[in-house]
Amino acid sequence: MLHTVNKSPFEKNSLETCLRLAKPGNDILLIEDAVYAAMDGTSVADTVSTAVENFKIYVLGPDLASRGIGQNELIKGIEVVDYDGFVRLAAENNTVQSWL
Amino acid sequence: MSDPVVKKFMYINRRAPYGTIYAVEGLEVVLIGAAFEQDVCMAFVDDGVYQLKKNQDTSELEIKNFSPAYRALGDYDVNRLYVERESLEARGLGAEDLMELTYEDEDDDWAEKPSVKIVDREELANLIAEQDVILNF
Repeated sequence: MLHTVNKSPFEKNSLETCLRLAKPGNDILLIEDAVYAAMDGTSVADTVSTAVENFKIYVLGPDLASRGIGQNELIKGIEVVDYDGFVRLAAENNTVQSWL
Repeated sequence: MSDPVVKKFMYINRRAPYGTIYAVEGLEVVLIGAAFEQDVCMAFVDDGVYQLKKNQDTSELEIKNFSPAYRALGDYDVNRLYVERESLEARGLGAEDLMELTYEDEDDDWAEKPSVKIVDREELANLIAEQDVILNF
């Protein structure tokens, strides 16, 4: 299953709920304001670093760039994908769950 | 005619750019409101601090990068942009991560000075308390 999250982890608990209810090994893609969760050094970085061990976490590159976040600022183990990668993840997984 | 009334206005920004329309709409209101010659400042709190992050590049998103418009604020006499330190720290950000915004000080031979001021929670609370009008985005 692919989980997408599009809300800032500092404003909504969408990511927290996703991490709580996703199964180990699931794919999680951070898009829109959720890309802030991929940055290292934040107050949620520990939570996300732990999640990287249980899930495959991706982040959408164009959403990072628009927010001025460099790929060198990310938590280790998070993979950056472009729009083609987003489509591939959606196609490879039987179900897409959007945590809004 | 009596002198026009000048009130202290603060625009409080608490949303990240692009994910919602609050940030860009808020900036537009500030730029429009600047024409009324009031005593205007802005505060950036919570995810609002992300509005000032440097190196924003929306080319792949195919939407307008409005971050350069913050540079125009100084020309409209909006030259006090308060950023809450605690909000920056929670997001792993510091002064070096923010755009360098400046204004020319007419009372000091048009010297170029920084508009962004990082303030702690208590300072910001005091600034909020002294306003006549507060608008939130």
